[in-house]
Amino acid sequence: MAFVALLSITFSCSPSDDQPAIPVNELTGLSKIQELSNDTHTVELYAPSATLQQGYNAVSLRIKNTATGQYEKNADITLVPSMHMAMMTHGCPVSAVTKSVGKDALYEGNIIFQMAQNETEYWELRVDYTIAGESYTAAGQIDVPAATRQRVTSFTGTDGVRYIIALIDPNTPRVASNDMTVGLYKMDSMMSFPIVDGYAIKIDPRMTGMGNHGSPNNTDLIQSAAGQLYHGKLSLTMTGYWKINLQLLNTEGTVLKGEPVTTDHPESSLYLETEF
Amino acid sequence: MVNGRKRVSAFTFIPTIMRYLLYAVMLVFPVGWLVAQEQATDSLKSNELAEIIVIGRKSPLYQKQDKPLMSVEDYLLQSGKVEMVKRGGYSWEALINNMASERTVTTIDGMRIFGACTDKMDPVTSYVEVSNLSEACITSGAQGNCHGSAIGGSLDLKRNRGNFVAKGWSAALNTGFDTNASQRIIGTAIDYADKRFYTDTDFMWRKADNYSAGNNREIAFSQFGKFNVSATSGVSLLKNKIVEASVIYDKATNVGYPALPMDVSLAEALITSLKFEYRPKTKMISDWETKIYFNTITHRMDDTKRPAVPIHMDMPGWSKTYGFYSKLKNDLGNHHLTFDFNSFYNAALANMTMYPADPSESLMFMDTWPDVRTRYAAMFIEDSFTPNCHSSIKFSVNLANHFNKVESTLGLESLQIFFPEMKDSKNRVLKNIAARYAYDLNGFEYQFGLAFSERAPSVSEGYGFYLFNSFDRYDYIGNPDLKNEKSLQLNAAVGRKTKKAAIKWSAAYFRISDYIIASPDASLIPMTIGASGVKRTTALHYASMVNSELNIQYELSEHFKWKGLLVYNFGEDANGENLPFVSPLRYSSSLTYKKNKFNGDFGVEGNLAQTQFSPTYGEDKTPAYAILNASCGQSFGSEKCIYHLRVGAENILDVYYSTFSDWNNIPRQGRNVFINLTFNYR
Repeated sequence: MAFVALLSITFSCSPSDDQPAIPVNELTGLSKIQELSNDTHTVELYAPSATLQQGYNAVSLRIKNTATGQYEKNADITLVPSMHMAMMTHGCPVSAVTKSVGKDALYEGNIIFQMAQNETEYWELRVDYTIAGESYTAAGQIDVPAATRQRVTSFTGTDGVRYIIALIDPNTPRVASNDMTVGLYKMDSMMSFPIVDGYAIKIDPRMTGMGNHGSPNNTDLIQSAAGQLYHGKLSLTMTGYWKINLQLLNTEGTVLKGEPVTTDHPESSLYLETEF
Repeated sequence: MVNGRKRVSAFTFIPTIMRYLLYAVMLVFPVGWLVAQEQATDSLKSNELAEIIVIGRKSPLYQKQDKPLMSVEDYLLQSGKVEMVKRGGYSWEALINNMASERTVTTIDGMRIFGACTDKMDPVTSYVEVSNLSEACITSGAQGNCHGSAIGGSLDLKRNRGNFVAKGWSAALNTGFDTNASQRIIGTAIDYADKRFYTDTDFMWRKADNYSAGNNREIAFSQFGKFNVSATSGVSLLKNKIVEASVIYDKATNVGYPALPMDVSLAEALITSLKFEYRPKTKMISDWETKIYFNTITHRMDDTKRPAVPIHMDMPGWSKTYGFYSKLKNDLGNHHLTFDFNSFYNAALANMTMYPADPSESLMFMDTWPDVRTRYAAMFIEDSFTPNCHSSIKFSVNLANHFNKVESTLGLESLQIFFPEMKDSKNRVLKNIAARYAYDLNGFEYQFGLAFSERAPSVSEGYGFYLFNSFDRYDYIGNPDLKNEKSLQLNAAVGRKTKKAAIKWSAAYFRISDYIIASPDASLIPMTIGASGVKRTTALHYASMVNSELNIQYELSEHFKWKGLLVYNFGEDANGENLPFVSPLRYSSSLTYKKNKFNGDFGVEGNLAQTQFSPTYGEDKTPAYAILNASCGQSFGSEKCIYHLRVGAENILDVYYSTFSDWNNIPRQGRNVFINLTFNYR
């Protein structure tokens, strides 16, 4: 075992002698959020913006071997975020981690923080990874401040199941027919949040600052295949603050949460927000 | 047809217009080396179908029976073909044959100009002053479409221009006061002319408070203020060759629109042109006139003075037009030919920014006119043929290419919410053809005309985005896929003229197919707070319209003359529904007295009740009304130095009324006593 580890280190180090291990452009468009360290490695966390926030977060990471200064290229990585509350600890929806396309040592995944930290409660991120059969762990507290607008919502449906809906796209909304993507998850246990398949999410974007008017030609969100995110079209006819009223329908078409928007009922109890 | 490449190349010289203008203005003054030019007169003799309204200084003041300093719109209302949509005290929108600016073409000396307001608060007529103008030429329908593709008719406002006559300096001072609205008017005109050049300058300033409707009811937010400066200079460079430069600057501020939810803080126009004219008087070319022009309009709506606004918004608009025309006339025997090649490029942009009640929220912004660029090029050919001294035949063809492109990405993507397949550009070919036969014998006159014309949708009809119409209270969405609107027009006139009397009946019938109008879409939610719904521009299978008028003039005696006008209109769509803004029976009658340098008039004008109104398009029944007007004028002084005083009263009985074309039934002005004093030195 030691021999294998030694071999792998030797092997992974060898290219450094004649060429730079990591091309600089691997980090284009990313900002470092934080580093998590253990005795052997430093895990560098990156995101498109310099902070994580409540809701959907695309994260990238790379693992630096402390001894050699080189970045690991063949790691199996699992992200384990957990919220430390006064009475309990729970996780959140999190994706598998894969090697970023076309990158040497950069990995990516996403995490959906359904709640923000507060003065007493905090998020911890544990990165479990295996390199050449050897398992490692790095963990640390991370900052997850509240988002200004509701990008994620967790709720209990009329079927008694706890669900999480997170807004993924449009990340940068335009005055246009935007491609809309959300993730729909259910809470199987404190630490298990699988994607829900076969449901539908009705959308009704409204401009609450101006008579609660809506927009035409929105298409409701559905999956293209099981295990995938939910996609639809979101029409935004002007810039500003939009409340995206939602209704969640199960495979039978039964509404589990949310109401249609009417004059008497100006907003759904289930909604997301966007502002630009 | 002109292809796109040629059009583009034709425009490449236009940015230098301003420079040429400057040169031309500079040339106007040092003129000693210039060669004399004989005064040209138009030799073309044919009875025009166009109706000419004399406005400016062409007629000596003491002959004037009008209120000399009344607005351009008031002058135009003398025509039986013209109605005005009023939204307040200022800048009314002209309807020709009951058709508004989408279906008509308004030009100033042949120049295309497009208002910059999405709510039509700045018709082209608002950017000129009576003192600039010599006459307005109104043509009905497609007859005489040399300035553009119109269906309802066209209006060309002709400016004062001097002649190469050695009359030297002349000056005029115009002052006026209206008791209603306390409108103050002051203006000057300074002209110079000799055998080699002329220059006409003009300045006019108006300021009015709120006007009062009948029974002394003040109409809040009806104030306005404006000024207008204009200059035209012509110089004869060589024999038969003339260069003329002209500029108009017009600025209106703090204009109230009581019928609308918003006012206007600024409406500003700069209108410039440079003209070359060649008058060889040969057989092949009698007159060849080429003009390049540029105009730019800025319009800002303003709701900050209104007491209760659900949400504050800024709504600015801009319109810029570059263009040229080249018109060649020749006389071949009894054929009088006109060739007119003209083109323009217009950019129309308007947007809306709304300020949310919660200041931490982002501003709400949209493009309401998505920077629509229009490239238009047309060839117009007309033959006016007089087979004998009693008959004349006029035949004209106008073939145009009309190209629209949406330049704003935000605006294009906004419209693609409604029209996912929409492309950023659209090309159209517009065909117009008109023929007219006129016959006169022994004082009887007969005319018969037939025309076919097409038009492209306006920027609002094609590309408007959530334009609120406060008349029917709907938000309007344009439609880029509209077909060309087509009109078949028949017109006829019969007249009889004797030494003492003249009577003329004329009528025009329009059958308009693919008639563009907006219809409600119940599935859409209005944006404007308080709006009833959303209408989308669409086309009806067809609509029919009739405009008919009877004009009578009779000289009762040497000094007394009676004039009468009776107008009947009709309009309905394919479903038998009435069309909006169609006048009920309208009449006017006036008696004028003229003796030496004194003249006076007394008249009545009115409408019957509007029974054929259109609830579908937001109209309600407008009751009948009649108002009385009277005025008199006297000239004093010598030939060199003339004062003209005119006093009068409008709506003498102080009737409280509104007409079918008053936006949201906004009442018209109550009793007004005016005094106009002008002083001319020549």
